[in-house]
Amino acid sequence: MKRETLVWTIVFVIGGVMLLANAFLRGAGNQYVRVDERAFVNVGTDDDPKWVNAGSDDILDHDAATISADRRVSWKTSSTVDARVWAEAERADPGQRTIVFSLSRTVGTWLAALFTLAILSFLYRDNPFYKSAESIIVGVSAAYWMVVGFWDTLVPILFANIVPELVKGTVMPGISDSPAMDARIKALVALVLGALLLCRLLPKGGWISRWPMAFIIGAFCGLRLIAFLHADFLSQISNSIIPLWVVDPATQTFDIWSSLENITLIAGVLACLVYFFFSIEHKGVVGRTARVGIWFLMITFGAAFGYTVMGRIALLAMRLEFLFEDWLWLVDPAGRHAIG
Amino acid sequence: MQRTVPLLIAIVCGFTMIVSFFIPAAQRSGDDVAEIFNILAAVAFVLGGGNLLKIHLKKVSDQAAGWGYSLITVTAFLLTLCVGLFKIGANPADRYPGHAWSGEYSETGSAFWWIYEFVFKPITATMFAMLAFYVASAAFRAFRAKNTEAVLLLGTAFIILLGRTYAGVILTDWLPDSLSGLRFENLTMTIMNVFNTAGSRAIMIGIALGTASVSLKILLGVDRSYLGGGRG
Repeated sequence: MKRETLVWTIVFVIGGVMLLANAFLRGAGNQYVRVDERAFVNVGTDDDPKWVNAGSDDILDHDAATISADRRVSWKTSSTVDARVWAEAERADPGQRTIVFSLSRTVGTWLAALFTLAILSFLYRDNPFYKSAESIIVGVSAAYWMVVGFWDTLVPILFANIVPELVKGTVMPGISDSPAMDARIKALVALVLGALLLCRLLPKGGWISRWPMAFIIGAFCGLRLIAFLHADFLSQISNSIIPLWVVDPATQTFDIWSSLENITLIAGVLACLVYFFFSIEHKGVVGRTARVGIWFLMITFGAAFGYTVMGRIALLAMRLEFLFEDWLWLVDPAGRHAIG
Repeated sequence: MQRTVPLLIAIVCGFTMIVSFFIPAAQRSGDDVAEIFNILAAVAFVLGGGNLLKIHLKKVSDQAAGWGYSLITVTAFLLTLCVGLFKIGANPADRYPGHAWSGEYSETGSAFWWIYEFVFKPITATMFAMLAFYVASAAFRAFRAKNTEAVLLLGTAFIILLGRTYAGVILTDWLPDSLSGLRFENLTMTIMNVFNTAGSRAIMIGIALGTASVSLKILLGVDRSYLGGGRG
């Protein structure tokens, strides 16, 4: 075994043993949940069900005891609580079932921590742990957005208009089962275009997907043309039309700093626009103005850079907080994990 | 057929959207186009998923280099897809207890929520967090205060970074009130409100003009590159 491999193996083994000891001896990484039961009773008929919350006062209007089990539905919901809350509940009532250990969330926390470490391991060099985590996120994110698109757009807008009875009977009981004809036609057009779009996956005849693609591009262009001119172009110009001579409304005196700020702002916008104007050669007055514009742009890029770095460092701090507080329980400023 | 029809579709859709903004009577047509656009955007996710499967399954079947990672990608994709589409672990909605599938697919406690919370979120957050190291490293190697522009860029970044932290506040806390404008936190405010606003405003005006001109080129049929096959 190479010396480097040996050193890393020892480091990993010692780290693993310490992690396991931390988990088993201190319960680090354990997640606890408050369990609530939701129960409903059908006090109507099978054809016209009327569900009443078994925990509400409405159930008192009915003789719930006589209602058969097949007309009752219940499930459990859970919300994460701190380990300290669980410890307090256990001390008050040993063996209670309201706040319990959650295996799935504990496994999830460990998995999240291992994924975090796997991604961070790329700082050392490319390695199989990083590549595996990267492959997982590629698959998961593609499926994630597909599922979001399916449930948030395709089901309520497309399928609810094409097969309303099916959608109403399964996933969206609140919708109408007879949508308007124009909504159906629109959904059918979208369905056909969607099917044509998927033809891009076919080995031959992929050209047909240009039709829906042209629809997307055309609609997007129309939408953006107006949106950008309206929201960006016009609003930015109107926001730049500001007084150069500012008077303090409270004292009715000349406000030199606000006036200077406004003058600099307008001069900066104009100088930057002159730099963006390439139809005239940047020489003489134009060249000097463009140079001032470059200075303004450099300050803008510097500010953007500073904010980007700060944002990333904040994210990094959050990940470290997750590792050391939520997973390892090594820091606990709010006493969330005080179970002793 | 292969080029004329899509060109006409793009022109009709684009101008429908534009006209609907100016003529109230045509607003409904614009809404219809926007709705179909939303559906097609959702179908595009399906297309993306299908494409991902196609490419990675080919790599697996060919046993090309790194096919093991492709297998991981395909497994993660299919698992997430099944969990999300079948709403595994999601409870019914309170309003419709009789319909097992009426609940939210991303409800807290569902399997899809679990994947988002413990797989998707930590990995993406860590990837973005890791950029802090690379941005800092790249800046260290690339930024040199050789000329006025570089000095301005570096100086602004330095002031912004200090001005938004406690260190910056403490460093210039000793300045008297008459010079309070030179304190890092106030300098940061001035840079953001005046210089940064001026630069950003000019950039946004430029982007808007660029977007409008490209959109017009496409809608008038001048730019047909989206149809493929060169200039067309």
